[in-house]
Amino acid sequence: MARRLRIITGIAAVVLIAGAAAGLALAWRPSIAAIAPPRPDAFDPDIIKRGRDLAAIGSCNTCHTVPGGGNYAGGLPVPTPFGTVFSSNITPDAATGIGSWPEAAFVRAMRSGVSRDGRHLYPTFPYDHFTNVSDADDRALYAFLMTRQPVSATPPANQLTFPLNHRPLIAGWKLLYFHGGDVPSDAAKGAQWNRGAYLVEGLAHCGACHTPRNALGAERVNAQFAGGEVDNWHAYALNDTSHAPVRWTADALYAYLRHGWQADHGTARGPMAEVVDNLSSVPDSDVRAIALYMADISGTSPSNGKSPADAVAQSSTAQTDPAGAAIYAAACASCHESNRPLPYGGVNLALSTAVTSPDPRNLVNIVLAGVGGVAGERSPIMPGFAASIDDAQMVALLKYLRARFGKRPAWNDLDRTVRDARAAQAVSLAARDAPGESSQRGKP
Amino acid sequence: MITLKVNGRDQQVDADPDTPLLYVLRNDLELNAAKFGCGLGQCGSCTVIVDGKAVLSCVTPLLLVEGKQVTTLEGLGSVAAPAPIQRAFMEEQAAQCGYCIAGMMMRAQALLMRNPKPTDAQIRAELEPNLCRCGTHMRILRAVHRAARLMDSADAASDRSVR
Repeated sequence: MARRLRIITGIAAVVLIAGAAAGLALAWRPSIAAIAPPRPDAFDPDIIKRGRDLAAIGSCNTCHTVPGGGNYAGGLPVPTPFGTVFSSNITPDAATGIGSWPEAAFVRAMRSGVSRDGRHLYPTFPYDHFTNVSDADDRALYAFLMTRQPVSATPPANQLTFPLNHRPLIAGWKLLYFHGGDVPSDAAKGAQWNRGAYLVEGLAHCGACHTPRNALGAERVNAQFAGGEVDNWHAYALNDTSHAPVRWTADALYAYLRHGWQADHGTARGPMAEVVDNLSSVPDSDVRAIALYMADISGTSPSNGKSPADAVAQSSTAQTDPAGAAIYAAACASCHESNRPLPYGGVNLALSTAVTSPDPRNLVNIVLAGVGGVAGERSPIMPGFAASIDDAQMVALLKYLRARFGKRPAWNDLDRTVRDARAAQAVSLAARDAPGESSQRGKP
Repeated sequence: MITLKVNGRDQQVDADPDTPLLYVLRNDLELNAAKFGCGLGQCGSCTVIVDGKAVLSCVTPLLLVEGKQVTTLEGLGSVAAPAPIQRAFMEEQAAQCGYCIAGMMMRAQALLMRNPKPTDAQIRAELEPNLCRCGTHMRILRAVHRAARLMDSADAASDRSVR
């Protein structure tokens, strides 16, 4: 008996040691020798320009630039279910940025999520998508970043719960969820579709927000584009489970991504506003390609086969909440039922995915904060009502909009949704009130 | 009839519930400090304070403010006894044409009630929704700092509350 126990203990020990050794072998990545920062004139201006457009498509600035902070100097807190990760400084500063990174180290980070010194990077950096970016595009991005203004800035230390603060564990995460080379390719669909697939699944990393994540924070492969979340906003489903009242066509998506609004759908806001802001300056053909591919992904869902006119006409017969109806009539209808087309009138709410979505947070956020104008452009505007509408009025309004325009079952727990949205806004207000902060974020 | 609480007093107003608060303040109650600028909630000249928060009265229907405390510039002080924010704007000569100034003062007042010692950056961020075409921005900034100091001094402390 004792001998058998010794054998079992022995086997267990061998397995453990072997497992640990295998784990270490997997976790270990070599350091790549540091270099002196390359001179900006070492790069071809055409390649730098291409890198700039790619950086806009990848929205690098939305995570790597803090509003009011140095461009690409990092330090943005990214909340995750496991704690807060702070974005890195990706300016060419040698001491605190990536100035000492040779091109090979940058390409390796994009391809496999490993830092120059060999440490694994947290998948908050979406290398599960960036692994699909071509070497040529990675080199263009490198040329762009290495010719930016170096900024000396060390981001705050990550605040992650034990044991996730141990980077070797990321190797295990990669083993489970990190699989490269998943860009669909189909010669029959044409070059534009394939270009769209390459951008959407790679650098643009649309799924990072629009695909739901599992308990370990990985995108669920069997629910691609089924809707996810970011910064207290719901990123809408883009596949055939979309709740858009009117089907998204490639032309509509193109207009929306290019200009930030589209007459049959409404306005990009929240985190998507920054994405379309970046896309407004990249080559037209790439926005067309993204739109074509996404329209194909979205297919046709039973809920959105209607024309815009049908969607609007069918909105008026549903049951309504009288208190909410009065608030809508007094505060919303003069713009949203003005029959003035976007951007001068508000979108008819029968066309709004915010109202048909199963998640009410976007509608709550937009009523509270409104839509800011884009400097120097004709763009939709809406005043925020956070200061003038109270929680009870807000809940009544939401119930009414959902029944009359959404024609969907009532949302649950609206009181808490409204309280949470106000609290989140108070946090961002406090951040804005921090000394030296400006609300503007640098552009690529 | 709708009952509004304006500058500490109950006011009976005969108006539709979708009437903008600004119209009632100016036309019915003859409180003309708040101005009609853009009518779209984009310029800030109509700013008043509702339950301690700066509100754009041109896009706020009466229905939303029923039963809430509305404060206009007239409620802060008078020509004979100006409130600290009004004294500060006069002492810094912060008005040129003056059209935006009532709104500027109301939003600054709401900030100072929340944050008695704002930094320059905080004042700039807070007043961002309010536009001024004359260009007295630097004087406005100085005036808000001065108001913070005036409110901080003991003799002005009693003036800080909004009626």
